[in-house]
Amino acid sequence: MTLYLLCLVLFCAGLYGVLRKRNLVKIIVGLAIIEYSINLFFVLLGYRFEGRAPIDASDQNILNMVDPLPQALVLTSIVIGLGITALLISMAIRIYEKYGTFDITKIKRLKG
Amino acid sequence: MSGSGIIPWFVIIPLFSAFLISLAGRYVKKVFVKTFSALSVFTLMLLSFYAVHILRASASPALVYKIGGWMPPFGIAMAMDGLTNFMLVTVNLVAFFISVYSFSYMERYTDKPKFFTLFFLMLCGMNGLIVTADLFNLFVFLEIASIASYALVAFGTEAEELEASFKYAIMGSVASSFIFLGIAFLYGYTSTLNMADIARVLVEKPGAGVVPFAAVLFLMGFGLKAALVPFHAWLPDAHPSAPASISAMLSGVLIKTLGVYAMVRVFYNILGITAAYSHVLMFLGALSMVTAVILALSQWDLKRLLAYHSISQIGYIILGFGLATPLGILGGLFHLFNHSVFKSLLFLNSGAIDYSCNTRDLKEMGGLREKMPVTANTNLIASMSIAGIPPFNGFFSKLIIILACIEKGYTGYALAAVLASVLTLASFMKVQKFAFWGQLKEKYKNIKEAPLAMRFSMIALAVICCLGGLLLLPQLKFFLNDAVSAVREGTNYATIILRQAAK
Repeated sequence: MTLYLLCLVLFCAGLYGVLRKRNLVKIIVGLAIIEYSINLFFVLLGYRFEGRAPIDASDQNILNMVDPLPQALVLTSIVIGLGITALLISMAIRIYEKYGTFDITKIKRLKG
Repeated sequence: MSGSGIIPWFVIIPLFSAFLISLAGRYVKKVFVKTFSALSVFTLMLLSFYAVHILRASASPALVYKIGGWMPPFGIAMAMDGLTNFMLVTVNLVAFFISVYSFSYMERYTDKPKFFTLFFLMLCGMNGLIVTADLFNLFVFLEIASIASYALVAFGTEAEELEASFKYAIMGSVASSFIFLGIAFLYGYTSTLNMADIARVLVEKPGAGVVPFAAVLFLMGFGLKAALVPFHAWLPDAHPSAPASISAMLSGVLIKTLGVYAMVRVFYNILGITAAYSHVLMFLGALSMVTAVILALSQWDLKRLLAYHSISQIGYIILGFGLATPLGILGGLFHLFNHSVFKSLLFLNSGAIDYSCNTRDLKEMGGLREKMPVTANTNLIASMSIAGIPPFNGFFSKLIIILACIEKGYTGYALAAVLASVLTLASFMKVQKFAFWGQLKEKYKNIKEAPLAMRFSMIALAVICCLGGLLLLPQLKFFLNDAVSAVREGTNYATIILRQAAK
């Protein structure tokens, strides 16, 4: 239970970063923290206490095995997160070239 | 098993086209890239019509394709039912006209191969999201479409476009995280990812705490993708910033596929719609409908005005689905189809004006009707459709939604729908007056009508606007009715899909 609550704390830290920080790079870091907290939560869902790797062979008798599916899903999710982070960082660099700042309070040509 | 082989092609064709264009696009002439793209989307469109025929010929409610031959719930499955077919036809039809339009329009931008690569990735994500029957697969396709759309919004790489895209990307990624968290909760509770199997498990052991919590997460995630009102802040920035053909794609089909379709699938077919969800959806729909149209009235930027109207029309669709009556669902689905046609047409018109006059500001325009008759007339048709003037398609779908509200006794929502419709008419009167009527300005004496490819798409979409109402005729109504019955199956979806898969 403590582990799940720590996941929630990590998630909230990320959300705080996205909502309250003014620097574009810090917002991206906050987003990455959100993604990782959810990945961690998903892996924890499949974890079994003192479980072992689910390798199925004829001479093996596994009673307590870890659920392998969340691990596979989280791998995919990490790759997606990487794609988004790379795109956001390259966009942040272009924004810096155009506006000369990372401060979102100064980047506001769009209104409405 | 016979007809289901068609399903994976909706993902394979766009994905392969994207791959081929990104690989070879640099070395061949631009015209080959464009022709190849148009042909590829044309094939997809024909395939989506053929899929409707196959499903009807098979005389079963759904067809299931098992990737790699793994039986559900173990492998990933793709399923095709009435709703899937309906969405595939809508998406691929609009995408075809937009790809033809891009033929000429994208002349203003550099690096067309990259544009078409991203366009096809977005199309692949949308088609994949529609055909998949696996919840995690749905998330992956949703992300493919989203990431491609973030990049396409920033395609011009000007200051405003980057700013809009950054905002969109941050909010979209947070929404995706919420969806992923919802999937994690559902997986933790049901230990399966196949959508039909989740529905089956949830019927057997309804979760009092977990399932409503996951539903709220899905509502936030898909609501943000669909730009319902409390989550709409990104849309008025992102949609106008993209190139016009992409704005048409985003407003026309992306928000509906990623937002509305996914929401309907999850709420109706997996979780099962209850009175509580239905009330929340109706309230959010009515709120978006009225708020967004009021915000739209004061806009002077043509594309931003259209973007606010997208939010408002999404409100109608969600209101229709929220009613959860056969008539309400029919209205919602029909409005979804109509809105994708006339909203993409409106964005294409704004692109044509931008192409000729180089402005998006309504105050700058005036009297363009003399110089651009095709744009002016198609825009008039689209404006009347969106405002709900009788012979055009928008009238019928709005009428059905309003009647469905009255039938269920929600007179307040019906009045809100009428009010929003009147305000929509007012704001499109403003567009017509300032853009096309009045005195032609001196500096626009020498402008020309948009090129042939752009005119072709605009006229074709305008014709669909005029004839869209015919879908309600008894001979053609099966197209909508199949989709309505697929939605109304509710959690019975599980039985249908699992039985089909076992065949």
